[in-house]
Amino acid sequence: MLSFIAKRLLVAIPTLLILIVSSALLMHAAPGGPFTGERKLPAEVLANLNAKYGLDQPLWMQIWTYLKDLIFHFDFGPSFKYKDRTVNDIIAQGFPITLKYGFWSFVVATVLGITAGVWASIRQNTWVDYLVLGVAIFGAVLPGFVLAPILVLVFTLWLRWLPGGGWEDGQWQYLVMPVIALSTGYVASIARIMRSSMLEVLTSNHVRTARAKGLPESVVIWRHVMKPAMLPLVSYLGPVFVGMVTGSVVIDMYFSTGGIGRSFVDSALNRDYSVMLGITILVGALTILFNLLVDILYAWIDPKIRY
Amino acid sequence: MKKHLLLSTILSLTLAGGAWAANNPETGEALSDNANFSYWLLDSIATLDPQLIETVDDSDVARQLFEGLYTEGPTGDLIPAGALGYDVSDDKMTYTFHLRPEAKWSNGDPVTAADYVYAWERLVDPATASSYAWYMELMQIENATAVIAGEKPPTELGVKAIDDLTLEVKLITPLPYFVKMTVHGSVLPVHKATIDAFGQKWTDPGNLVSNGAYTLTVHKPGEKAVVTRNPMYWDNANTMMETGTFLTVNDNSIALTRYEAGELDTVGIPSGMYPQLKADRPDEAFSAPRACTYYYLLNMDTAKGPAALQDVNVRQALSMAVDRNIITDKILQSGQIPAYTLTPAAMAGFTVPDVPMAAMTQEERTAEAKRLLEAAGYTADNPLKLTLNYNTDEGHKKMAVAVQQFYKAVGVELTLNNNEWKVHSDLMHSHDYEMARSAWCGDYNEASTFLDLFTSSSGFNDVAYVNADYDKLMADAKTMEDPQANYTAAEQILAKDMPIIPIYHYTSSRMLKTDIKGYPSMNVFGNWYLKELYRVAQ
Repeated sequence: MLSFIAKRLLVAIPTLLILIVSSALLMHAAPGGPFTGERKLPAEVLANLNAKYGLDQPLWMQIWTYLKDLIFHFDFGPSFKYKDRTVNDIIAQGFPITLKYGFWSFVVATVLGITAGVWASIRQNTWVDYLVLGVAIFGAVLPGFVLAPILVLVFTLWLRWLPGGGWEDGQWQYLVMPVIALSTGYVASIARIMRSSMLEVLTSNHVRTARAKGLPESVVIWRHVMKPAMLPLVSYLGPVFVGMVTGSVVIDMYFSTGGIGRSFVDSALNRDYSVMLGITILVGALTILFNLLVDILYAWIDPKIRY
Repeated sequence: MKKHLLLSTILSLTLAGGAWAANNPETGEALSDNANFSYWLLDSIATLDPQLIETVDDSDVARQLFEGLYTEGPTGDLIPAGALGYDVSDDKMTYTFHLRPEAKWSNGDPVTAADYVYAWERLVDPATASSYAWYMELMQIENATAVIAGEKPPTELGVKAIDDLTLEVKLITPLPYFVKMTVHGSVLPVHKATIDAFGQKWTDPGNLVSNGAYTLTVHKPGEKAVVTRNPMYWDNANTMMETGTFLTVNDNSIALTRYEAGELDTVGIPSGMYPQLKADRPDEAFSAPRACTYYYLLNMDTAKGPAALQDVNVRQALSMAVDRNIITDKILQSGQIPAYTLTPAAMAGFTVPDVPMAAMTQEERTAEAKRLLEAAGYTADNPLKLTLNYNTDEGHKKMAVAVQQFYKAVGVELTLNNNEWKVHSDLMHSHDYEMARSAWCGDYNEASTFLDLFTSSSGFNDVAYVNADYDKLMADAKTMEDPQANYTAAEQILAKDMPIIPIYHYTSSRMLKTDIKGYPSMNVFGNWYLKELYRVAQ
């Protein structure tokens, strides 16, 4: 097991390097640059900007310098747009925010999703099942950018229960709407995955055997169905967790949380190369890490899997 | 003095009483206990460093923190701020500003001429790499161009501190509107010792030392910024708002909801909602002219532009066929003004000249467009085919679709080409387009901020328009006391040559809470100063 983990972590290094180089090449291939705007800058002004940010160097040199700074100084470079802040600042300030609302959204989505999925599967073809399926389909098709303004309208303007946005260091009042908006779609997907996976396991031989032994239904579900039924869900939850904690542009846009989801999308639109690369690396590293965690979880859940 | 005495008496009385209730020192109106003004920013603050600021949102915050030589009143009139006044030499090329002796930085240091010199040199210094460095060239300051190009050190810039309170500025052209240009955010003074001590972090709350009516107390990027009254400010006694809160809300509709929930005191009105909001709440909704013009570029580049656009009749026809009234009244619906010329009427001292097209009815214009196109050889069998580029935005799209329909009526087949912002700008600047959406907002309150765009040497002339008469008129206007005659002639040349199709002049439509007073809704640049605002008790 340990050698498996070590091997995977070693493979992560070239993976991240490929990610960095290919992202950098793609970014620079896109038309326009960080200083392209409505006003075409005078040549000498543009030259000064390019010189300040090293964009006057050949691309391979830029990438090489970036990698050196990153590896030896853990320096993600300056932002071309947010001139008072470095990429390290932007990530250090925004990531804890997205981590917090992402984590709580993940908790809510998995708890509600698994509960609903299990409940629907053991009451298959009853009103419970139809209700869960109906709500799940509704939740899955309702995009965040529709749900978010509705939440603000209801909770801020009509009920006056919650502030319409902001973060205030993540006090619960500021956390409620982002968590609802971010988790709803995932609750739906998780419920559906859990339900179908449960139904499959419920009809398997070992469950029939367990029932034949006369085990009470609750024990059958808990001990013999839940664990194998979790397998497909676990592989889904790894990337979902990374997706949630690295932020959502919809949440940051509509709730003014200041998270990195918005920064990520903005950096692409602004051609803010270093911010884009910095967040790409963060997302990439987390994805690698959580895929590894999922594989470890697999081995724990399913005794047939050995590394 | 009397005013100050009155206010301080009221202040001491009310503070002694333990309750906060005051009156406006000038009007006597009772002020509300709530002395915070909450303002909407569409985007997160990119920088608060005056020499690096590029966006309107950032300027709105910086204007409260820093004070330049002059500020601007509600109607664009100059108000002495950091300067008490100025002398100008006989050749009108040397300006000597006399600074306000009581002006202080928020740390107690006096504001001196050296602070202005430092800031202005910093703006052109290649090491700063400011994208507004060219503003100093526009101000005609001696050696600005050479310093930006790295040919001379920043200390060679034509700006000098004669003593602590005397600032001398040397120009290369006697620019009549030079003083007006000092209102701009990029020439605000900054505190050298703070920048030296903190480097890039000098604008963080706690580090930032400012000379305006407010200091920065909170800045959470993407969420909010708070500015708080600066007790060191020379006119602090007349400042009424204790704090200003700037909330970033990336979506205009959400911002409006938060305005209605009382979290914001003013907010821009989302596109198309003005008539309804004005009808529902006439006291809160307003629309006022802004110093911006929306237009379509016609690429006249002989190498890259379409051959058809070399023909002035075709360009005229394309302009005539656009029904501006449908665009302003049916699509935009916020009181925008149909444009047949470039410079908005709202610019100080500028009168919109008469051009023939403005006097025609749309029926006449459409008929004339058809005639001109036919004369140019474009018929139903051989229709003119063009592509219009626009950047991703619902509003631009609606207008482009409307123009496509207007053109269909005169037999022009218009293909729409949507690109994201950077791609769109890149294509425009490299002249790789046929027609393109563009717009311009003035940098200072004088018509040349628009008309200079289309001189042949202008870096912003994305249509490759060249007209020697136009260039001469604009060059001569630089030194004229009253350049209106030249501006009229220049506008008429543009209207005749039609390198661009002016479509409308902007308005700013906003909601503003009724208890907020002193907001300069008529200011064409949207320049507002928190220190002038107050909230009345209701």
